[in-house]
Amino acid sequence: MSTHSTRLASRLMVAPSVLLLFVWMAVPLAMTLYFSFRLYRLLSPDRTGWVEITNYKWFFKAPDFWLALFNTLALVGGVLVITVVLGTLIALLIDQPVKGQGVLRILVIAPFFVMPPVAASIWENLFMHPQNGLFAAAANALGAQPILFLEKYPMSSVIGITAWEWLPFATLILLTALQSLSSEQLEAAEMDGAGAFSRFRHIILPHLTRAITVVVLIETIFLLGIFGEIYTTTQGGPGSASTTLPYMIFKQAIVAKDIGRAAAGGIIAVILANIVAYFLMRGLGRNLDA
Amino acid sequence: MARAVTPQRKAVTTLAAWTVALLIFFPVLWMVLTSFKTEASAVAMPPQFLSADWTTANYAEVWARSDYPRFFLNSVIISLGSTLLGLAVAIPAAWAMAFVPGKRTKDLLMWMLSTKMMPAVAVMIPLYLVFQRLGLFDTRIGLVMALMLMNLPIIIWMLYTYFKEIPAEILEAARMDGASLWNEIVHVLTPMAIPGIASTLLLNVILAWNEAFWTITLTTTKAAPLSAFIASFSAPQGLFYAKLSAASTMAIAPILILGWFSQKQLVRGLTFGAVK
Repeated sequence: MSTHSTRLASRLMVAPSVLLLFVWMAVPLAMTLYFSFRLYRLLSPDRTGWVEITNYKWFFKAPDFWLALFNTLALVGGVLVITVVLGTLIALLIDQPVKGQGVLRILVIAPFFVMPPVAASIWENLFMHPQNGLFAAAANALGAQPILFLEKYPMSSVIGITAWEWLPFATLILLTALQSLSSEQLEAAEMDGAGAFSRFRHIILPHLTRAITVVVLIETIFLLGIFGEIYTTTQGGPGSASTTLPYMIFKQAIVAKDIGRAAAGGIIAVILANIVAYFLMRGLGRNLDA
Repeated sequence: MARAVTPQRKAVTTLAAWTVALLIFFPVLWMVLTSFKTEASAVAMPPQFLSADWTTANYAEVWARSDYPRFFLNSVIISLGSTLLGLAVAIPAAWAMAFVPGKRTKDLLMWMLSTKMMPAVAVMIPLYLVFQRLGLFDTRIGLVMALMLMNLPIIIWMLYTYFKEIPAEILEAARMDGASLWNEIVHVLTPMAIPGIASTLLLNVILAWNEAFWTITLTTTKAAPLSAFIASFSAPQGLFYAKLSAASTMAIAPILILGWFSQKQLVRGLTFGAVK
């Protein structure tokens, strides 16, 4: 069916998108690459010049770099594990014959509509605050000391907040996938004497593979760049305890006003994203056979 | 599921499901409740549920102290504008990839998606400089373009998965009848694709409405939407919990209500072709 002219027409239809995305990606990336080899400090604008790989060296030698790298991966991995596992359990629960499934869905989806600065500030002020938060009230009621969430466990707190934001997404995709599972298959398995766990392991889980793939793929894309949640709550602290790679770059650019170093960090972050993307696409691409 | 279920079991699962759902929803509910309390009542220990002093003064004060209508209007223009512009660019691309797939269509789709993996912070300074130079900084059109490009891969991918579901035979039949490419798109494809386009539109309006990084870095006052408005509110030591909650509620209410009303289409759109 694809004549020469249809093929040409289809290329022309794809071209604007490809061109726009290429420019959107290539221009800032090229500039970042250029800055990363330059001395470029907003506080001393007169001193400029090529500095080879000094900016990169600084980043790799910075004491908080490896911590930031670890935090970035912990954030992505932690949120993925929490949302996929909890999302599956909640989806299985809601998929049971329950009263008011429509309203349940409305309640569960709500966090998805809450913008990151608001989500972070709700959790920081109304829940985790050591004097006025609800968690502190609960601790007081139990006669315990309030937990200093953002001071003592900053990274876990950020992971928790982010997981709350992304849980609806995972739950809804998995729920939709569950609902497309034929009940005959499950009934047949049940009659053959398969227990609940065995039914989950051999029928439900394989059926969910594709949905889990999409959840992991989409969430990773958004989680690699998480910024607002940290900015609103811990500002990367205490010290650098909750500094991720994006946040470390932000600190170099905005606080230290060292554009050269920030750019080097940016290139490192882009390389990291590409490594993650490579493994993700390799590992998951097969499941996504559209 | 059509399996026979005992009433007891249904009661237990209903109770469990409602408990979980209310737990997930509770932070939003608590924020809305706090927004109707006096400041003293909002920070009272132990927390006040039914005994609180209720008031609507926080809303009046946030409204009087900030230019909410302007932030709101900016949010509407930016999220809707970027989505419509994105659809205009993405519909032909997704159509072509779905119906005239080449050997590298899948790679192209993956490449598009991978552009979204580039951390925004990494390219913040260059983009800031480019926007300053082009006179796009703190303008609505600048943000419309930035958010359009940011969400374009998602828009294309969602549309692509919808268009894949449209049977190619229908298009072939139209082509046999001598329909031109343009007619094929306008009269055959579009009516079938409307539900998919609607879900894509909804999801991307929400993503753009909630986008907080570019809206904060690329605006100061003129073009700032609600996500920037809320970032400017801080809560020093709990003195302004009620007002902060009121401002937060005002920032998320429009999209929360839109999302709830369009829940069905949205859930369908969210699956990115994960469910056939």
